[in-house]
Amino acid sequence: MSELVPEPRPKPAVPMKPVSINSNLLGYIGIDTIIEQMRKKTMKTGFDFNIMVVGQSGLGKSTLVNTLFKSQVSRKASSWNREEKIPKTVEIKAIGHVIEEGGVKMKLTVIDTPGFGDQINNENCWEPIEKYINEQYEKFLKEEVNIARKKRIPDTRVHCCLYFISPTGHSLRPLDLEFMKHLSKVVNIIPVIAKADTMTLEEKSEFKQRVRKELEVNGIEFYPQKEFDEDLEDKTENDKIRQESMPFAVVGSDREYQVNGKRVLGRKTPWGIIEVENLNHCEFALLRDFVIRTHLQDLKEVTHNIHYETYRAKRLNDNGGLPPVSVDTEESHDSNP
Amino acid sequence: RAWAPGRLFTHNEDLRNLSLSGHVGFDSLPDQLVNKSTSQGFCFNILCVGETGIGKSTLMDTLFNTKFESDPATHNEPGVRLKARSYELQESNVRLKLTIVDTVGFGDQINKDDSCKPIVEYIDAQFEAYLQEELKIKRSLFNYHDTRIHACLYFIAPTGHSLKSLDLVTMKKLDSKVNIIPIIAKADTIAKNELHKFKSKIMSELVSNGVQIYQFPTDEETVAEINATMSVHLPFAVVGSTEEVKIGNKMAKARQYPWGVVQVENENHCDFVKLREMLIRVNMEDLREQTHTRHYELYRRCKLEEMGFKDTDPDSKPFSLQETYEAKRNEFLGELQKKEEEMRQMFVMRVKEKEAELKEAEKELHEKFDLLKRTHQEEKKKVEDKKKELEEEVNNFQKKKTAAQLLQSQAQQSGAQQTKKDKDKKK
Repeated sequence: MSELVPEPRPKPAVPMKPVSINSNLLGYIGIDTIIEQMRKKTMKTGFDFNIMVVGQSGLGKSTLVNTLFKSQVSRKASSWNREEKIPKTVEIKAIGHVIEEGGVKMKLTVIDTPGFGDQINNENCWEPIEKYINEQYEKFLKEEVNIARKKRIPDTRVHCCLYFISPTGHSLRPLDLEFMKHLSKVVNIIPVIAKADTMTLEEKSEFKQRVRKELEVNGIEFYPQKEFDEDLEDKTENDKIRQESMPFAVVGSDREYQVNGKRVLGRKTPWGIIEVENLNHCEFALLRDFVIRTHLQDLKEVTHNIHYETYRAKRLNDNGGLPPVSVDTEESHDSNP
Repeated sequence: RAWAPGRLFTHNEDLRNLSLSGHVGFDSLPDQLVNKSTSQGFCFNILCVGETGIGKSTLMDTLFNTKFESDPATHNEPGVRLKARSYELQESNVRLKLTIVDTVGFGDQINKDDSCKPIVEYIDAQFEAYLQEELKIKRSLFNYHDTRIHACLYFIAPTGHSLKSLDLVTMKKLDSKVNIIPIIAKADTIAKNELHKFKSKIMSELVSNGVQIYQFPTDEETVAEINATMSVHLPFAVVGSTEEVKIGNKMAKARQYPWGVVQVENENHCDFVKLREMLIRVNMEDLREQTHTRHYELYRRCKLEEMGFKDTDPDSKPFSLQETYEAKRNEFLGELQKKEEEMRQMFVMRVKEKEAELKEAEKELHEKFDLLKRTHQEEKKKVEDKKKELEEEVNNFQKKKTAAQLLQSQAQQSGAQQTKKDKDKKK
C-alpha cells in the first residue's frame, strides 16, 4: 500500500529545541492546576462508552453486563422468555443508557449480538459483527471529514468486545478461534470464560492456561495488546494481566443474598452460595476493575488512536485518497439542477 | 490531545436513565483521563504582541518564575519577525511544554502597514501544520507537538489616553484567529485614578470597533464566579519584575523607586496576580480548548472551502472533500499518465533510432554483398572468356594440326602415287 506523496509541511518558525528549566526552585507558578481544570471540563462533558458482548446463547452475557454495571442494563436476563425465538442470523442490537456516579455522567451503550454461533451452520457468522464495527468507524470518519464539524463528534465506535468462551474445560472451539482471529484486528477483544462456576479451581487454571496457549499459537492479540504498551510500567502491569489473569473466569448474578451478615451478589446452590465479587470464587471483580476502574480510558484511546486510524488509513488508501461518499448523496446531488 | 470525550446527546435517541444499585467504579474515569494526559505532558503556547521595550520578556520571566534567556531586541528591525522559544517546565508531576513567541520589531518601523502580516502568517502556519497532519493518511495526532497559539497577550502602551490605531488594527486582524487577552504594560507609570479611566476607554474602544477579546468562561459553576469577578478588571494592568526587594521580613518581586516600592504580587499595586490566576491557574485548559474547537475549526473550514471543498447542499447529506480530492486525484493520475506517455514516447524514439541504425547496417551489408557478387561475376566472366579464348586457340591448333596432318598424308599419298606412277612407267 503506497502512500500518496505528502505535501511539504509549512515550516513553523519554532526551533524545536526545548530547554529544560526546573521551576520548582523559584516559586510556585500554578501549572499543576491544569489537572483540576481538565478534570472539571471532562466531568462536565461526560463520557461515552460502547461495549459489545459476543457469545452463544445461554452463556450469561446479559447477566454479566447487568452485574458489571449494577443495573438492569439488559432486560433480557430478568425476563427470559422461552418463547422468544433465536434469530436466524446474527442480529446487532445496540441500546443506550445514561448512568451517573460521583458526578460523572456516562452514556453506556451495550451492543448485543443474538444469534451468534447458534445456527447449525455458523460459517461467517462474525461478518455482520465486523460489518457493524466498521460501520461505526465509517460514521465517525464521515463526521470527521466534514467542513463544518460538530464540536464533539458522537462516538458510536465499539470500545470493547467481551467474547464469551464456553466453559468446556477442554479448549477453544473453532468458531471461537475464527471469530477472535478476524476481529482482534479491528476491535479490542477481551476473552471471558463464562459460567465459571462449573469448574473447580484446578480445572479452571488448566483451562485458562490451555486457552492462553491456543490464543498465542493462533496469533490472536487480545486486549491489552503487547505492541501498544507505552512504557515499562504499562508493560509490567499488562504482562501480569495477560499471562496470569486473562481470560477472566467469571460468574454473573443480579440477585443478592445474605452472607456473613453482608448482602452480596451471588448464585445460590444446594452446596453453597457463589459470591460474585469474592476473588476466591471467581474473577468477576478483576474483570470489573480492569474494564471499568483502570483501563476504561485506555480502551477508548486504543480504539481511537489505533483501530480507528488503521481503518481510516485503509479507507483513504483504497479510495485513492477519497474519503467515503454514500450512494444516496450522489443521487441527490445529481438530481439537483 | 486531538480528541476529547463527547457531550451527551439526550435527544433523537432512545436513552434510558438507569439507577445504580451499587458502586460500579467509573467515577474514576476523569482520573484515568487525566493520568493519561499527565504522562504525555501538556503544551501551552503564548504569543506576546507589543512594542519593543514594553516589557514582554520581563513579564514572561515574572509569570513563570524563571529567567528565559534572551537578549533585549534592538529598535532597528526592518520589519516584524516572530521569535519562538520552547521550554520544558515541571511542577509536581505535571510537565508543561511552554512555547513563548515574541514579536520582534513590532511598532518600530516608520511605516507600520505590514506589521500584522507576519503575526497572522505565523498563527496560520501553526494551524496549517496541524491541518496537514490531520489530513495525512498515516497520521499520529495523539503525540503531535501542538504549536498552535493558545493565548495572545496584547501589550498596550501605558499612554493613559486610548488605544493606538496600530493596536486596533492588529487586534481586529487577530481576534478571529487567537484568544486575545489585552494587558496594560508598565502600569506603574499610570496613577490609580487615571488607570480606571484608561481601562474604561480601552474597553469601550474595543467594543465599538467590534474586537472580540477572549471571554473567560462562565458556564461552569466553580469557575463562573471568579471569572466574572476578574473580567471586570480587564485589561489587566501589569508590572513585571524579576528583581526581589525586602518587604517587611520577606523577599518579594518588586520595582524599587526613590519614592517607594511597587510590589508585583500586591493586588493593590497592579493586576499581575489576577493575570496569573486567569491565564494559568483557572483557564489554561479552556484557552487550549477554545483554540482547538473554535479558532482552529474556523481556519480549517475556511481553508477547505478555499481549496474548493463543499460541505452540504441544502437538502443532501454531506459529501465533503470529495470534489477537490477527486480533482487532486485526477491531477495526480493525469501527471502519472503524462509521465507514462513521455516514457513511452522516449522508448519508441529510441527503438526507432536503433531500428534505423540497424537498417543502415543492413543496407551496407547488402551493398557489400552485391559488390562482392558483382566482382565475383566479373571475375567469373573473365575466366570464362579466357577459357573460351583458350579453347578457340586449342581448336585452331587442332584444326591446323589436322590440316597439317591431312596435307602430310596427302603429300605422302601423292608421293606414293607418284612413286607408283614412276614404277609403272618404268615397267
